[in-house]
Amino acid sequence: MTIRISEDDFDLSAEVTALRAGQPQVGAVVAFVGTVRDMNDGAQVAAMTLEHYPGMTEKSIQKIIDQACRRWQLFGTRVIHRIGPLLPQDQIVLVAVTAAHRGEAFAACEFIMDYLKTEAPFWKKEETPSGARWVDARAGDDAALDKWQAIAATERDTDRTAAAGNAPPAA
Amino acid sequence: MNVQLRFFASLREALGASSESISVPSEVATIGALRAHLRLRGGAWAEALAEHRVVRTACNQVMVDAAALLSDGCEVAFFPPVTGG
Repeated sequence: MTIRISEDDFDLSAEVTALRAGQPQVGAVVAFVGTVRDMNDGAQVAAMTLEHYPGMTEKSIQKIIDQACRRWQLFGTRVIHRIGPLLPQDQIVLVAVTAAHRGEAFAACEFIMDYLKTEAPFWKKEETPSGARWVDARAGDDAALDKWQAIAATERDTDRTAAAGNAPPAA
Repeated sequence: MNVQLRFFASLREALGASSESISVPSEVATIGALRAHLRLRGGAWAEALAEHRVVRTACNQVMVDAAALLSDGCEVAFFPPVTGG
């Protein structure tokens, strides 16, 4: 498991190669890359700056990865998040996971990304024609977490039903 | 009780401070009470930490709510909802 917070860019291919190296049990690799858009909330974005909370950032991402590893069987995870000045088309974030099969790899990658968006202490400030502005959090980001919590609740219910169904009949 | 304050992003700019060490009276026992205590400074503090504003808080680098208890020497951060990724 690797967490890296850096001003430096990353190479997707090199990161995935490192993540898979010497891991013949891996059958699925899913990687998400977030990039800077030139337009947000109706305004042209010329550049942005990413601020973070050193120390807490790494801890919060660690916690999210731990949660994902409890939920799915993952062989490796790698999260890279850039900070400092960025331009449209620049890469911002990489979340890559490996697993035996695609189902858990897709799900775990989306889970880590969804939680990173709402729990990891990063803040974006955009340069627009009308001046610099801090990006507002989106309601949709919280809704993404509700989805995972609803899935977890359904799984718990299913487990209970299954457990009840397997129980020996009362004498 | 001594508390190490940290401020980030729009809150850091509004308050003109990124960190500060303060000593708070014993009745200031929770994160919420600390926020109210800082509002008493007035001006930008009363405005940026006003009750109607959505402000996230962390104690010792873990996200907590207003009811969380302070401990001597703890690091308390105030910041807007996060927007990374």
